[in-house]
Amino acid sequence: MPEVAVRELTMAEAVREALSEEMRRDPTVFIMGEDVAEAGTPFKVLSGMVEEFGKTRVIDTPISEPGFTGIGVGAAMTGLRPVVDIMFGDFLTLVMDQLVNQAAKVHYMSGGAWKVPMVLRTTLGASRRSAAQHSQSLHAWLSHVPGLKVVLPSTPYDAKGLLKTAIRDDNPVIFFEDKMMFRMKGPVPVGDYTIPFGLADIKREGEDISIVATSSMVQVALGAATMLEEIGISAEVVDPRTTWPLDEKTLIESAKKTSRAIVLDEGYEKYGVTAEIASVIATGAFYDLDAPVKRIGAMHVPIPFSPPLEDATIPTEKMVFEAARAMCKRG
Amino acid sequence: MKTETKQTVTASGTGSSEKWLRMYRGMEMIRLFEEQVNELYTRAVMPGLAHLYIGEEAVAVGICDALHRDDYITSTHRGHGHCLAKGAATDRMFAELLGKEAGYCRGKGGSMHIADPASGNLGANAIVGGSAGIATGAAFSAKHRGTKQVAVCFFGEGALGQGLLYEVMNLARLWNLPVIYVCENNMYNEYTHFSETTAGEILARPAAFGIPAESVDGQDVRAVHAAASHMIEEARAGKGPSFLLCNTYRYHGHHVGDVSREYYRAKQEEVQWKAERDPIKVLSGWLLGEKIATQAQLDEIHSQAKSEIDAAVAFALQAPYPGTDQVGEDVYA
Ligand SMILES: Cc1ncc(C[n+]2csc(CCOP(=O)(O)OP(=O)(O)O)c2C)c(N)n1
Repeated sequence: MPEVAVRELTMAEAVREALSEEMRRDPTVFIMGEDVAEAGTPFKVLSGMVEEFGKTRVIDTPISEPGFTGIGVGAAMTGLRPVVDIMFGDFLTLVMDQLVNQAAKVHYMSGGAWKVPMVLRTTLGASRRSAAQHSQSLHAWLSHVPGLKVVLPSTPYDAKGLLKTAIRDDNPVIFFEDKMMFRMKGPVPVGDYTIPFGLADIKREGEDISIVATSSMVQVALGAATMLEEIGISAEVVDPRTTWPLDEKTLIESAKKTSRAIVLDEGYEKYGVTAEIASVIATGAFYDLDAPVKRIGAMHVPIPFSPPLEDATIPTEKMVFEAARAMCKRG
Repeated sequence: MKTETKQTVTASGTGSSEKWLRMYRGMEMIRLFEEQVNELYTRAVMPGLAHLYIGEEAVAVGICDALHRDDYITSTHRGHGHCLAKGAATDRMFAELLGKEAGYCRGKGGSMHIADPASGNLGANAIVGGSAGIATGAAFSAKHRGTKQVAVCFFGEGALGQGLLYEVMNLARLWNLPVIYVCENNMYNEYTHFSETTAGEILARPAAFGIPAESVDGQDVRAVHAAASHMIEEARAGKGPSFLLCNTYRYHGHHVGDVSREYYRAKQEEVQWKAERDPIKVLSGWLLGEKIATQAQLDEIHSQAKSEIDAAVAFALQAPYPGTDQVGEDVYA
């Protein structure tokens, strides 16, 4: 980065700053969702925004997710840039038709005549003891649909830069925020910058094994890397940042360099994001791999409420550490 | 515990004193239960989220007292009151809220998902409006099987925003299904007043489908009970669905952590509802005025309920967590 002031912001503050700067820059950008105005969302991510932008641009809706998401699609097709707020990622199930059959396909079906520059912000992640209908990580579903782009920031810095890119993109973009990360702090530059989609970021360099991790799992991977360092294993942590478009090149190069890869994601392991990424690495780095690519994701169960049960379903630093140690045949 | 048959009463309340005392006890139980939930949650003993039903007790109790034990209900994220009123035991409720194996869902569901086949509880639901289909489906099943059971679908006025509700109301009328849609209008969808989210008249919505609809004072258990009894009888007699709008108020925040509420509702409004429209006080005032009960009797009910709740909390606190070997169980039947 050039010489700009950098301060520590939380993830929530970084998201808010990106939205506010974009709304100041572009009068067609507006926010729509449940309890986004005075309440500033239940996680207080949007606190203060209605005070600055007023109720015509920070709009509270009824609890009608398919309705206001559909309105977002139509508004995006006709000159506005909506940022639709779906309070919990679990409620994506309600808006799937609007996203999958409408937003994702309008551009293609119209032969490029119409476009849908809409962002849908929502959450992923368990660990809040919120049980099966408020804890899911459903980003794999959306990554599966041509026409949608899917963004998974893991730091405040990435959140701000990626959200700005999302708002300026002419396609429907689904932006997932980990509920457990809203209060996590990190350095964020003052003012404008964007991060291109499809560009992975090496969060930690290493030599012996690559850990590809998304969103909530990046911190888990970094924690595991620290543990591995103590037993002499040097782990590289790679964050794809967007599952679609996917930066295949960086993932493959990292695996070629280290010769081993673990793919870590909080969505379900079965048929999940880890499967696609592991396949990309297994194919692209085949001749350089010393071990089969290992996938670690959520257990194949609805997320349970009880703390010991919930903890058993989500990947931990220890699980990643053990898997890496076994792959590197140490200890 | 519920008895198998119930008499209908008129709004003037000529039912037996036993019945009104039972409902008084039911409301006291819910109030004391929820006060303990508040306490357990604030002390960080209870994980997750806690949406308290305090202030709305007359709705669940007035309606469930008119149901048979094998009639069905579906409930919401604010569901403790419905579950208790339909016959759930306080000890297994608390155990579930704390994530213990002895809980109704073996710890897998928690506060927002209590389900109990023995009392006809198809489950509380954390998706707003999410159980409208399930309740209507249970009514379909009862009719199909010829059992004379009815289903009650409890939901908050926020669920009026969900399209599913209108699809199933249409079907319930077309197919004459024994279902009662109970809208608990506590005036706030989380932190937004319902007038900002709800166009037109609420009762005009069921009316558009030809579903009989009525609005009652949800703080008056006798009024709720009378209206519900009539609707339940009609449903049992094969006359199809009804819609009951209960005007009520939640005393606490949307959830326990929602403490600074001034930005969405005035303190004065809360004070006034508690002072003037408290469902327990409304009933006790009537019971005492009509000399159906003495203050000593009501005090006795209170202290008995209190001991039951205290014992239930103690049970739940010492109950073990499920073993992690259980995490993969119950995914499939
Ligand atoms: C489909 C869906 N959208 C949003 C939410 C988040 N949410 C939980 S409770 C609630 C408000 C519900 O209001 P209401 O139905 O009136 O019930 P109350 O909380 O007042 O009892 C919202 C928006 C949800 N659980 N489900």
